[in-house]
Amino acid sequence: MNPHLLIAIPLAPLAAAVIAGLGGRVIGRAGAHTVTIFGVAVSFALSMHVLEQLYAGGVPAFNGPVYTWAVTDGVHIDVGFLIDRLSALMMAVVTFVSLCVHVYTIGYMREDPGYTRFFSYISLFTFSMLMLVMSNNFMQLFFGWEAVGMVSYLLIGFWYTRPSAIFANMKAFIVNRVGDFGFIIGIAAVFSYTGSLSYDAAFAAAPHIAHAVIPITASTSWNALTLICICLFIGAMGKSAQVPLHVWLPDSMEGPTPISALIHAATMVTAGIFMVARMSPLFEYSSTALSFVLIIGATTAFFMGILGVVNNDIKRVIAYSTLSQLGYMTAALGASAYGAAIFHLMTHAFFKALLFLAAGSVIIGMHHEQDMRKMGGLAKYMPITAVTCWIGGLALVAMPFFSGFYSKDAIIEAVGASHRFGSTYAYWCVLLGAYITSLYTFRLLFMTFHGEERFRHAAAAHDREGSKTVGHEAERQEPGGHGHAPQDAHGGPAQPRASVAAQHGHHPAEPHESPWVVTLPLIALAIPSLLVGYFTAGPVLYGSYFGHSIFVLPADNVIGRMAADFHGPGELAFHGFLGAPFWLMIAGFVTAWVFFLWRPSLADQAARRFGWLRTILIQKYYFDWVNEKVIAPLARGVGFGLWKAGDQGIIDGALVNGSAATVGWFGGVVRRVQNGYLYSYAFWIVIGLAALLGWFLARG
Amino acid sequence: MSTHAITLADLLTLSGVLFALAVAGIFLNRKNVILLLMCVELLLLAANFNFIAFSRVSGDINGQVFVFFVLTVAAAESAIGLAILVVLFRERRSINVEDLNTLRG
Amino acid sequence: MLVQILFYIFGTLLVVCALGLITARNPVYSALFLVLCFFNSAVIWLLTGAEFLAIVLVLVYVGAVMVLFLFVVMMLDINVAELRRGFTRFAWLGWLTAAALVAEIVMVVWSHGRSGLDVARTPIPEPASYSNTAALGQVIYTRFAYPFELAAVLLLVAIVAAIALTMRHRQGLKVQDVSRQVSVRAADRVRIVKVKAEKRP
Repeated sequence: MNPHLLIAIPLAPLAAAVIAGLGGRVIGRAGAHTVTIFGVAVSFALSMHVLEQLYAGGVPAFNGPVYTWAVTDGVHIDVGFLIDRLSALMMAVVTFVSLCVHVYTIGYMREDPGYTRFFSYISLFTFSMLMLVMSNNFMQLFFGWEAVGMVSYLLIGFWYTRPSAIFANMKAFIVNRVGDFGFIIGIAAVFSYTGSLSYDAAFAAAPHIAHAVIPITASTSWNALTLICICLFIGAMGKSAQVPLHVWLPDSMEGPTPISALIHAATMVTAGIFMVARMSPLFEYSSTALSFVLIIGATTAFFMGILGVVNNDIKRVIAYSTLSQLGYMTAALGASAYGAAIFHLMTHAFFKALLFLAAGSVIIGMHHEQDMRKMGGLAKYMPITAVTCWIGGLALVAMPFFSGFYSKDAIIEAVGASHRFGSTYAYWCVLLGAYITSLYTFRLLFMTFHGEERFRHAAAAHDREGSKTVGHEAERQEPGGHGHAPQDAHGGPAQPRASVAAQHGHHPAEPHESPWVVTLPLIALAIPSLLVGYFTAGPVLYGSYFGHSIFVLPADNVIGRMAADFHGPGELAFHGFLGAPFWLMIAGFVTAWVFFLWRPSLADQAARRFGWLRTILIQKYYFDWVNEKVIAPLARGVGFGLWKAGDQGIIDGALVNGSAATVGWFGGVVRRVQNGYLYSYAFWIVIGLAALLGWFLARG
Repeated sequence: MSTHAITLADLLTLSGVLFALAVAGIFLNRKNVILLLMCVELLLLAANFNFIAFSRVSGDINGQVFVFFVLTVAAAESAIGLAILVVLFRERRSINVEDLNTLRG
Repeated sequence: MLVQILFYIFGTLLVVCALGLITARNPVYSALFLVLCFFNSAVIWLLTGAEFLAIVLVLVYVGAVMVLFLFVVMMLDINVAELRRGFTRFAWLGWLTAAALVAEIVMVVWSHGRSGLDVARTPIPEPASYSNTAALGQVIYTRFAYPFELAAVLLLVAIVAAIALTMRHRQGLKVQDVSRQVSVRAADRVRIVKVKAEKRP
């Protein structure tokens, strides 16, 4: 494979980002979106070319440095690419979703004053993600890892005049720091055991490290590989929003919707999943670490899904759904079903991006209203959005023949087939998760597109509902009622609100279908959401698509065992109608239909009946409360203590100022000697003379 | 008994005592520049005693030449010292050393 | 024996005078004590056999330097009380240092063999025809000719410096400036003014 071609893949979006970011004023809005879309399109075309070459052309994987950044003490710090089928698949997914989002953004951000800045950011994000995915060494992986984190920070706080956005991006950044701390320790541990930062060296050394132990105390010692894997996975927990480092993801919905689709659903959050899959030769040798991964993933899949049921903000529901689906992927990783995880990552990228963009389309149609309680019956007004959203929803709930079915069903089955510690718990979590997924998905679809047209009288109830929402938000997050009161949903810059108001006068509640730049990406994403599973399940999931990219010990090869029962995607889908997940999904559908479409009053009754449960869920299991009331003050206290005692007291006080003060004190003492009086100098001369003479005499 | 019966030890002790007294004088009259100058003269005198003593005891005339030079330098020093003193007094109406503290930081 | 007795007498006097010098209240007394010190020293130098230097000490020091001292002391209106204030503040240190120095010198001088010095030696007797002045003159004008010239120059410089330091330019003094008188030009002194002729009234 031609390395120059590969370099062009990440550099095209980077160049576009630089042009749009620095020259935005010169090239204007149209110039900015043209250049960035062109950059990403080039990147997408080349990625598809690479994928085609690797898969159909039989070209061997590329693995090598393209630029040596630094060589120090025999350690090469390279920019290097490992392009095999795994990374090629990720590249294709990333660039495709990114391209769709770029096009969509033209419509969504039309009125925003930060238009060119936004395009620059998302192109920069594409570059970062590609660098992460294409890396062949830990250094570059970490670079990409941090770069996507940084761009994510910039984008969540894109509307930087809104306090809530600033709060959310700080939260995302800090939570990711916690994960990255583990990640960098993991990388350091890998380096200390292999002396190299390249994947090859780490993978080759994995079987040896598996037997190494790190003595912690005289009697305890830890397995080195387990420690490495868990540290790396902590990084993945931060990036892929696994419990308990998931808290940033729902809040990241403060960013513009295209970002939610691109970063917080389809690509960035999958970096952790990708990383673990990439590190499969390491993780495979540590059963303990994989059990940890499995339990964390399953917990996230089930418990975060439940939260989606009680949320009323359309984007947040989808955000919790993302958390839950990421939990599924993580659980698959833990069950050694890396292929299934990546496969679900791919299908999820399509349908989740689709759902987000559809939600964005609804938000545009509702004039920047995000509260589902003020929607309903929108299918009539926004048919394309409704249909595509239904397709995404059905893919999400794993309706047979939809792409989500193949991936999710495989995960549930793989977890069920696994014999790893914790797999029984995990199996029940992911299985019941299917019901929860179905429940919140259909709830979202019903509340948004069907039923009573609540937006008609939303205006009257606006204040009451609004204040109630604000109340919840304030209670949950921070004082000052920042929340995202629906009327502020798009609020920071005054311009969009003003123009919307001016456009629609006193009838803001009449929904309308979105322009073609918005619906086109929806359709473009609906097609793979519908079909990609059917056509790729065979080779990617059960076939030998990944080849040597993913390493699984024969004993743990659940996918391999499942592949024995695989007789084509069609049969699998028909078989799916008989499985427990399908019936759980139907049960979820019925529950949602009863509570949210047929008898909405039942939902209120149930809410009153199970008030305590609802409170727990609305409080999101009190994770934020614990973070803000316990962990953050603790960390701040420790930091304050270290600042006051450690830094100001010992380092500044004793060492820095202390040495200066000692010198100063000594100077003060000596200064008295240097008092400027002649006689005093004479005294010292004479006393010195006497002392010197005495010394000579005493010495003999 | 020779007419030159003064031993070297006698002369050195006398000069030592003289020197020590001059030093003590510097400590005592630390404020008075004129007395400081006088004490310096006394110090030089004590030094000259040593020169003469060693010169005579060892029969080397060169030591006395040095005394000659020391006297010259001491005279020059006194002249300039007193001149400075006069100027100083004219400027400050004082010869107190404690007033000469512009060196003081 | 006589010489020794004289040495002790004048030595004692010398020490007493030195003590008087450093403790006298009035600087005039101090100066006079110093004069006495010089006289005593001159006597001891004579006893030792350094006649020329003894005479020089009396002539130069007592005759010139000490007169200068006295002159300055009397000329300046010194507030003696102010200068005496805190007289005893560092006295202990002074006496201590002096005592230490004396002890050290005595140790060096009187501890036999320590300094490798035969301190019991006495000045070498000279023949009757020996002239200390002539001997010194022979050395100064031959071997030490250049240092001697240098000393002379040093004295000259000291004179110039002392005069330059103490010279005072009084304001309003009528003096001639010869160089200005010589270099003056007619144009500086005479200004020719053209006056327009007027009609006779």
